[in-house]
Amino acid sequence: MGSFENRFEPNVLTTTVDRVVNWARRSSVWPMTFGLACCAIEMMAVGASHYDLDRFGAGAFRATPRQADLMIVAGTVTFKMAELIKRLYEQMPDPKYVIAMGACATGGGPYYKYGYHVVKGVDRVVPVDVYIAGCPPRPEALIDGLMALQAKIDRANFMRKDAAARAVPVGGSA
Amino acid sequence: MSQLGDVPTVGNEVVLDVRTQDMEINMGPQHPSTHGVLRVVITADGEIITSARPYVGYIHRCAEKIGESVTYEMFVPYTDRYDYLAAMNNNIGFCMAVEKAADLEVPPRAVWIRMICSELNRIASHLLAFGTYGIDLGAFTPFLYGFREREWILSLFEKICGARLMYSYVFPGGVANDVPDGWFDEVLEFCDVFEKKWRDYDKLLTRNKIFIERTKNVGVVPPEMAREYGWTGPCLRGSGVRYDLREAQPYMYYDQVSFDVPVGRGEMGTVGDCWDRYNVRMEEMLQATRITRQCVQACIRDTNPGEIQGDKPKTLKVKPTEAYVGIENPRGELGHFIVTDGKDTAYRLKVRGPSFCNISILEAMLPGTMLADAVAIIGSIDIVLGEVDR
Amino acid sequence: MEFEQLANRLAEICPGAIVEKVDLDNPDKPTKDPYVVVAADRIVEVMDKLQTDADLRFDCLLSIGGVDYPDVMPKAKKGQPEPELIPGRFEVVYHMLSTIKNHRFVLKVLLPHDDEPVCPTVSNVYSAANWHERETWDLMGIRFEGHPDLRRILCCEDWVGHPLRKDYVFPKEYHGISAE
Repeated sequence: MGSFENRFEPNVLTTTVDRVVNWARRSSVWPMTFGLACCAIEMMAVGASHYDLDRFGAGAFRATPRQADLMIVAGTVTFKMAELIKRLYEQMPDPKYVIAMGACATGGGPYYKYGYHVVKGVDRVVPVDVYIAGCPPRPEALIDGLMALQAKIDRANFMRKDAAARAVPVGGSA
Repeated sequence: MSQLGDVPTVGNEVVLDVRTQDMEINMGPQHPSTHGVLRVVITADGEIITSARPYVGYIHRCAEKIGESVTYEMFVPYTDRYDYLAAMNNNIGFCMAVEKAADLEVPPRAVWIRMICSELNRIASHLLAFGTYGIDLGAFTPFLYGFREREWILSLFEKICGARLMYSYVFPGGVANDVPDGWFDEVLEFCDVFEKKWRDYDKLLTRNKIFIERTKNVGVVPPEMAREYGWTGPCLRGSGVRYDLREAQPYMYYDQVSFDVPVGRGEMGTVGDCWDRYNVRMEEMLQATRITRQCVQACIRDTNPGEIQGDKPKTLKVKPTEAYVGIENPRGELGHFIVTDGKDTAYRLKVRGPSFCNISILEAMLPGTMLADAVAIIGSIDIVLGEVDR
Repeated sequence: MEFEQLANRLAEICPGAIVEKVDLDNPDKPTKDPYVVVAADRIVEVMDKLQTDADLRFDCLLSIGGVDYPDVMPKAKKGQPEPELIPGRFEVVYHMLSTIKNHRFVLKVLLPHDDEPVCPTVSNVYSAANWHERETWDLMGIRFEGHPDLRRILCCEDWVGHPLRKDYVFPKEYHGISAE
C-alpha cells in the first residue's frame, strides 16, 4: 500500500460497503403513518417543529406501506386491527423495521388485565425491532427509540437478510 | 350502413352503450386523513360517492368493562385515554358522575382549577383539530403553527401534574396537586400571547381562498338532521343551533363567568357546512382564553392555596344508586352513566362519547358528495376514534 | 320542565305506557336521576310522542345503554325455608335531551333475563338510535326488533359472546393470536 499513501487529496475516503449502505439506510428511515391511538398524538408532536423528527431523516411520513421503511405501531392493537397490521407489514418492502411505541404496543399496556379485545403486545402479530416504554412515551423517548433503531441498522450486514444485530444492553445506542 | 359497420345510430349520431361500474374504495383504517382508525367503504361512481359505510371498533379498548373491574380512582387514567385530546375534560366528566353518585363536595379552588384545565385542554384540542384539518386539505403549515401553542399548553400541564398528554389529574373529590408557584402568571401570559397568535391562524387558514373553496357548501347539515342524529357540541353549533351545556345547563362555576357561544351563520356558504363547523372551533378558542382569564382571577381572589381535595374516605365505596352527568367536551356532550352497588367498583359504567354519535351521520351524509369532499367532511366533524370505540 | 311535569305530560299523551315512575326518594330503587319505566311494546309510541309533542320536544337521543342484572340466588339459611330465585332483568336505559326546551329525561325498558332479550327499535324515530342499538346488541346482547342493520359494531364481526354481560368469559385466543 506504500504507493497509495499520502498521494491523494483529503477528499478520498475508504470505507466498507456495509457502512455506506447502513449509513444511507439509517439516515432516511421513512415511517409509515400508523398512529392507532393516543401515542399517535405524541408521534405527531415529534413530527412537528418542537421536537422535529426531520433532522434524523425520518420526517417524511409516507401514507402507503409500499414506500415506507418503518412502521411505528403507535397505540393499542386490538384483535380487529391485528390482521390488518399483519397485512400492512407484509406490504412493506424489505428492509423494514418495526418500532413498538408505548405500553400498549409493547405488552398490552393498561388494558392488559381486563381488555378482552386488546392484543397483549404487537409482537404477537409482527416482529418488533425496538420497544419504547411509556404511556404515552415522551417525544424524547420516541427519538431515543429511533436512535436505538439507527444503531441497530448500523450493525447490520446488508448481504444477509435477517442478520439481526447483536443484542444491545437496555438503554439503546451502542 | 355507416362506415363503422354494424353500429347503432340515431339519425346521424352514433349511440354507444358505455357501461361503467361503480368503484368500491376502502378508506382506512390506515389512512392519513381519517383521524385514527376509521374505515369507510365507499362506493363511487367516478368521483361522486353513491354509498358509504363506516366501520368502527378498531380501537375498542373495553373501557366499560374495565370500569366495572377497577376502583373509581384506578379508573381515572382510563378516562384519559378515550378522548386522548381532551383528557382533562374526560377526567372531569367521570369524576363529576362519581361525585354526583356519592354526594361528594369539591372545594372551590379545585373547581376553578378544573375549569382552567378544561378550557386550556379545549384550546389544545381545537388547535390540533385546526392543524390536522389543514393537513387533510393539503395545507401543512397550520399544523406546525398550531403545535407551537399546543406545546406551550402541554408544558403548562406538565408543570401542574407531570404528564403531557394523559393527565389523570382530576380525582373524585378534587384534584391531585395544587398549582406550583408562578403557574397562574404563566397561564395569563399564555392567554395574552395566544390571542395575538390566533390572528395569525385566522389569516392563514380561515380566510384563505383555497380553504374557503374547499369547505364552503360542503357537507351541509341542516339543524333538523343534526338534532336527529344526536349531534352535540361544535358540530351542532355549526349547524346554527345555539346549545352549549356550559351556558344552558351550567356545571362547575360556568354560571359565574361570561363568555359567548359562537354559532354557525353561513358566513361563507350555507349554514351547517364544513366552514361553519371549523369557524365555530376557531371562535371557541378565543372564548376559552376569555374564560381561562376569568377563572384564574377568581381562583387567586377567592380561594386559598392548598384546599384542593374534599372530604373523601380512603377507599371510596358508593352506596347503590344511579347517576348521569353530561359535560361539554371539545367534541360535544360527554356523558357518564354510572350504576353503583355499594362496592368500591362501579356496577355499570356507560360512557356516551360524542364522537360516536357525531360519526353515525356519515352513512347518510356522504352519498352525493365527491370523494375529495369526504375527507373535508370527516375532518370537519373532528372525531377522535378513542372516543368512538372506547 | 321538571321531571314531575314531564312524566305527567307523558302520562297524559300516552296513557298506560308508563309502568312505573321512580323518584328521588324511592327507598327500593335509589337513584340520583328520576326516571320512568316504560313497557317494551309501547316504547316506539312513547319515543315518537317525546319527539313531536309541543311541550316535550326531545330532539336529541343522547344514549342507549344496557345494564345486566343476573338472577340472584340468595344463600340458604339454616332453619329457614328454601330461598327463592330472585329473577334478573336487562334494563335498556334511554337518556333524552331537548336542546329546544333545555330539559332532560331518562326512560327505562325492563326486559326478562333471557339469552336474547328483545326490545323494539326506535331507530325509525331517532336516527341516532341506529348505532347505539348496534352497540347495545354487540356488548350486551339485547336484540332490537325491526332494526335495519343489527350487527356488531365495536367488537370483531365474528366475536363470540357479549362482553358486558356479567357471565362473560374472556376468550383465550382469536384467529390464532393468543389472548392470555
